[in-house]
Amino acid sequence: MGTSFTLQWLDWSIIILYFIFVLGIGYTLRKYMKNASAFLEAGRSLPAWVTGLAFISANLGALEVIGMAASGAKYGLTTVHFYWIGAIPAMVFLAIFMMPFYYGSKARSVPEYLKLRFDEKTRGFNAFSFAIMTVFASGISMYAMALLAQVILPLKFEIGPFTEFDFYLLFSAFIVLMYTYLGGLTSAIYNEVLQFFLIVIGFLPLVILGLINVGGWEGLKANLAENMVHSWKFTGSPDANPMGVEWFGIVMGLGFVLSFGYWCTNFLVVQRAMAAGSMSAARKTPLIGAIPKMLIPFLVIFPGMIAIALTAIPESNFSLPIKGGGYDYDMVIPSLLVHYFPTGILGLGITALLASFMSGMAGNVSAFNTVWTYDIYQSYINPNKSDKHYLRVGRLTTIFGVLVSILTAYVARLFNNVMDFLQLIFAFINAPLFATFLLGMFWKRATGHGAFYGLISGTLAAAIHHGLTAPAGATTLFKGGWLTGGIENAVHVYPSEMAQNFWTAIYAFSACLIITIILSVFTKQLKTVNDLKGLVYSLTPKYREEGLSWYKKPEFLSVIILLIALVLSIIYW
Amino acid sequence: MGLDIKIPIGLMFLLFGVMLTIFGLATGSNTEMYKISLNININLWSGLFMVVFGTLMLVFSKGLFNRK
Repeated sequence: MGTSFTLQWLDWSIIILYFIFVLGIGYTLRKYMKNASAFLEAGRSLPAWVTGLAFISANLGALEVIGMAASGAKYGLTTVHFYWIGAIPAMVFLAIFMMPFYYGSKARSVPEYLKLRFDEKTRGFNAFSFAIMTVFASGISMYAMALLAQVILPLKFEIGPFTEFDFYLLFSAFIVLMYTYLGGLTSAIYNEVLQFFLIVIGFLPLVILGLINVGGWEGLKANLAENMVHSWKFTGSPDANPMGVEWFGIVMGLGFVLSFGYWCTNFLVVQRAMAAGSMSAARKTPLIGAIPKMLIPFLVIFPGMIAIALTAIPESNFSLPIKGGGYDYDMVIPSLLVHYFPTGILGLGITALLASFMSGMAGNVSAFNTVWTYDIYQSYINPNKSDKHYLRVGRLTTIFGVLVSILTAYVARLFNNVMDFLQLIFAFINAPLFATFLLGMFWKRATGHGAFYGLISGTLAAAIHHGLTAPAGATTLFKGGWLTGGIENAVHVYPSEMAQNFWTAIYAFSACLIITIILSVFTKQLKTVNDLKGLVYSLTPKYREEGLSWYKKPEFLSVIILLIALVLSIIYW
Repeated sequence: MGLDIKIPIGLMFLLFGVMLTIFGLATGSNTEMYKISLNININLWSGLFMVVFGTLMLVFSKGLFNRK
């Protein structure tokens, strides 16, 4: 067990103090939770820097941190595509073009926007799939956290069937439940901001020590294969770069379909922007988030690259644990922590990891609360009740959401295949979403029937494409080929799973776009011009920022952000 | 929303910073301990950084020093 930590009193004190602060934030906020809007929408009152940091933090759960470090080790600098091309343009688009509709309409959630813009069935489809997806995401995060804690934390015990795994799982669930129950969305957002600073301050020393050790950027380049230290240079053909994807797949699949689908329509992140105190703050939310987002690769991808470089330097005495004949890439961060951090700062590093696990869960639970209470409970189960009633339901939903997450975590532990299967289904459902929003916001003729059947067609197209093709080296039907009677008969073999995913998204988006357009032309628009005011671009008075100097306008900020992303891409070409 | 988030952030990092700074000073002569962090007293440096960061957060928070 080379990665099990020996923790001393100081490390434990830091971890425990962090838990006290987390619960303290929830406890202090509880007295402001006077109505459903305060609990489920943070009363639409938060400043832009808070929602902006929460916007990217909600996505910076520990699965992301561990996963991106692992990708850094596997694919090198190519992984930055998930941060630059795969996030920044979408965040800018959300701020400039989409936020006015989300924030300016009466919608309290993304599914509710779909109901106002299209119809009930489109909202229902989105609300139910999103609700199930978030609970599963929170459960998987919980499971992963308990698994990692079991490996790295020194506490081990066994009382009957009850082990430290169950303790970590239930303890983290309890903390998340407490602070979300007490302070609702505000509490979740505040803890995401706290987590953001913990990740930066906890991981920065790790990256600095690692870079000093390998001899800086030049040292990294000297100890890694050339295609590990470039972002675009080797994307001319999929065989040349470690990710196995060519530039077109990256730009269209990741940069356009997947990235816009996630950042512009996923309620988990959009909810953060909708919690802002004003339209101006809501529009600035993704832009403020974009600035640290561009720099996070240095905190999470660099450790993976440093770890691989260190294995090439014998005198560093660094090694990664082995799993199934290769490196266990998921252990990059824990291995580096134990390699460089003495007691004291080690406690801080572990706290940063725990914090990101918990806020990953809380983020999902808070988004689930809102969608469940407003879009499912209030819409289908029990409408026309008092605000107090929905506040109580929101609170109880927190308990329900956490309990289902715990259940999911155990299902994930027992049946790994079930999880693979569900994640696949969710990928199919998510892939076409952006086409629906794009048409909904910018084409007033798009109809409810068009949107609903477009979404279904997109999901089917994703499933069919996945079933007909397979990535190279696939061994199970979860990876593809299930429509062709086996992977060996696949119609097309992609060089990597990533390439297959990107193309699945491209096909799903195109199918949804085309079917929605065709059906909209042939079905009647049931919404009047008045209904669509504030929901569609051409029918909404253009939003103007009054009294803002030019350099404070979102448009100016956007140009600066895109320029920085461009410059970074050129530097790390 | 009632509570300014800068206050808990500031307090927490100030506390962590003071703890690590004192610990870093107390263990400064322990060269064996800091061998793994490339002979850099990483506790002291991170601690000082957090003290500065935490203090700044508190100075700019509402309600503690500035009454608005």
